[in-house]
Amino acid sequence: MSAVLAAGSGAPAASGGVWGAAWTRFRSDRVGLVSLAIVAAFLVLIVASASGLVARGWQQEVGVPNAPPHFVGPAPPTESNAIAQPTGPNVDISDVDPLAPRYKEWAERAAQLKTVETIKSETLPFGGDRLGRDVLAKAVKGAEISIMVGVLAALVATLIGTVLGALGGFFGGKVGDLLEWVYNVFTSIPGILLIFTFAAVLNRADAIIPRGVWSIVIILGLTGWTGIYRLVRAEFMKHAVREYVRAAEAIGASTFSRMFRHILPNVSHVALVQLSIHVVGFIKAEVILSYLGLGVAVDQVSWGTMLAEAQSELILGHWWQLAAATLFMAVFVTAFSLFTDALRDALDPKLRGLE
Amino acid sequence: MLAYLIRRLWQMIPTLIGVVLLVFFLFKYFGGDPAEILGGLNASPDQIQAIRDQLGLNLPVWEQLWIFFRQIVTFEWGKSWATNESVANLFMTRLPATLTVMVPILLLDVLLAIPFAMAVAAVRGSLTDRSLMVVTTVALSISFLVYVIVGQYLFAFQFGWFPVQGWSDSTLTNLLVYTPLPVLLAVMVGLAPQMRLYRTFFLDEIGQDYVRTARAKGLTERTILLKHVLRNALIPILTNVAVALPGIFVGSFLIETFFSIPGLGREVLLAVNRSDYPVIQAVTIYIAVITMCVNLVTDVLYKLADPRVVLK
Repeated sequence: MSAVLAAGSGAPAASGGVWGAAWTRFRSDRVGLVSLAIVAAFLVLIVASASGLVARGWQQEVGVPNAPPHFVGPAPPTESNAIAQPTGPNVDISDVDPLAPRYKEWAERAAQLKTVETIKSETLPFGGDRLGRDVLAKAVKGAEISIMVGVLAALVATLIGTVLGALGGFFGGKVGDLLEWVYNVFTSIPGILLIFTFAAVLNRADAIIPRGVWSIVIILGLTGWTGIYRLVRAEFMKHAVREYVRAAEAIGASTFSRMFRHILPNVSHVALVQLSIHVVGFIKAEVILSYLGLGVAVDQVSWGTMLAEAQSELILGHWWQLAAATLFMAVFVTAFSLFTDALRDALDPKLRGLE
Repeated sequence: MLAYLIRRLWQMIPTLIGVVLLVFFLFKYFGGDPAEILGGLNASPDQIQAIRDQLGLNLPVWEQLWIFFRQIVTFEWGKSWATNESVANLFMTRLPATLTVMVPILLLDVLLAIPFAMAVAAVRGSLTDRSLMVVTTVALSISFLVYVIVGQYLFAFQFGWFPVQGWSDSTLTNLLVYTPLPVLLAVMVGLAPQMRLYRTFFLDEIGQDYVRTARAKGLTERTILLKHVLRNALIPILTNVAVALPGIFVGSFLIETFFSIPGLGREVLLAVNRSDYPVIQAVTIYIAVITMCVNLVTDVLYKLADPRVVLK
């Protein structure tokens, strides 16, 4: 028997493993590949913007206030009600002007100082904001902050959810009951209210966590782990009694090793898919929080702060900041959602075709 | 049934204690010092000390916890630090506004999503279905905030169909004049995800054996969808509505803030910005209680909707 096999097939081809198989499935998904490319392009953009290669000068006021985009052309000059400059010679009042003897001295001193007239451009590639900052640069910088918040918060939430889910699912019993209790407590408060409660607390905790990216990451991470916990827990419960885990126990693998070296790789696809679902959710949450004034610090820019500014600009007809932030966000979030769907299909073929 | 209810109510107690402990310790150890918040920037150390004494902040922690617990049970929250309005009064006056907006949103969302989802499920796999799914994916990726900003600008500011914002004392005026725009926008945005979800519920049911049996009997597709599939799909839909139901009590923070509707959501947001701890704590705890009660009621309603459900 064995002789026949050996003669027939030779050494078996190395198996690509679960990740290899997933990649093979993913590669055949055209929508998934395109969305992956878009997400990757955004990641490159973020790295470039974080390292100062692009959009470094987003805070510089390079254009006139509310400069329109290039393709719209400069804003028509507005009629002003200012009094026209008088023409003709001034009345000589140097006899009575007490400052008259010093005018010459001042003029000389003023001449010594160099003044540079910066010419602010009338139009910018995609328009300027209220202060004349380049909207395109802001959108790039905002992408950096918004996506970073989404990814970091999702990482925190996944980490908490996975560790607690692993503990609860693997041990069950007292530990499981305790964690279920914590889960019930967190889920009995509506999500957005929980976020606000944490925000109210962290608002006053500047000493521990300064207001900004990290405080939102912590708020979203600490309030958003419950769904992941529930799924990971169910997976761990299922796997804890499987034969391979018992075999690992028989050869003396420690509890920690069984949980995180044997079971975790087998359930990590659940965590990964949840991670990417949460990225999208948290990016949207950041936008709302920033609009409500609980988001990033005032010297930072995110898609949320851009939209918050856009509200008053729109009334005046300056639509470009709104358009830029919306466009960037829509492209990224759509690509990321499609990528998540493809990822889920690739990692969990059983779910293919379901929504 | 009665035994079930009693057991469920009994099980709420540990969760409630957990919520109380969470809120108490969160504000106690991570929030700012209430005395400093109340005293303001110019308070002298003596004044701070006096406020601490008055609030009982110098008592041992367990004693403070007991006071906190007593406040919850007796509904004696005292007054808002910012406006001196009693917290109970705040609930009474803000909740109606929130419900005026949220109840129509929830109702319209569900009532519109069901027929739409059924229509899409009936033509599953077709070009209409697929392109609609693509459109909803893209539509969903745009922030709710954008829809609200653009919607208010277009419908209220440019076209003048609705007032830009406002609120009156009469519920009828509110319902007819001030809520239509926020409700319209919220429903427009909420419909897409709702429809997608319900579509999968319908598709799950359409794949079942009983549908094939009904077809084999020669029933029309219309009867199958409206009588057989709809009734069965209503169960997951009911679950979904139940999950959303507690949310109507806190309202949509964004809508209330944006349209200046004097509801509970806006009040909580104001309280967060003013560090008005009693208001935040009270709202969090009572909303948690309401959420648990609503969940219990839904579980009981399940039993009525689906006789197969056994309450345990």
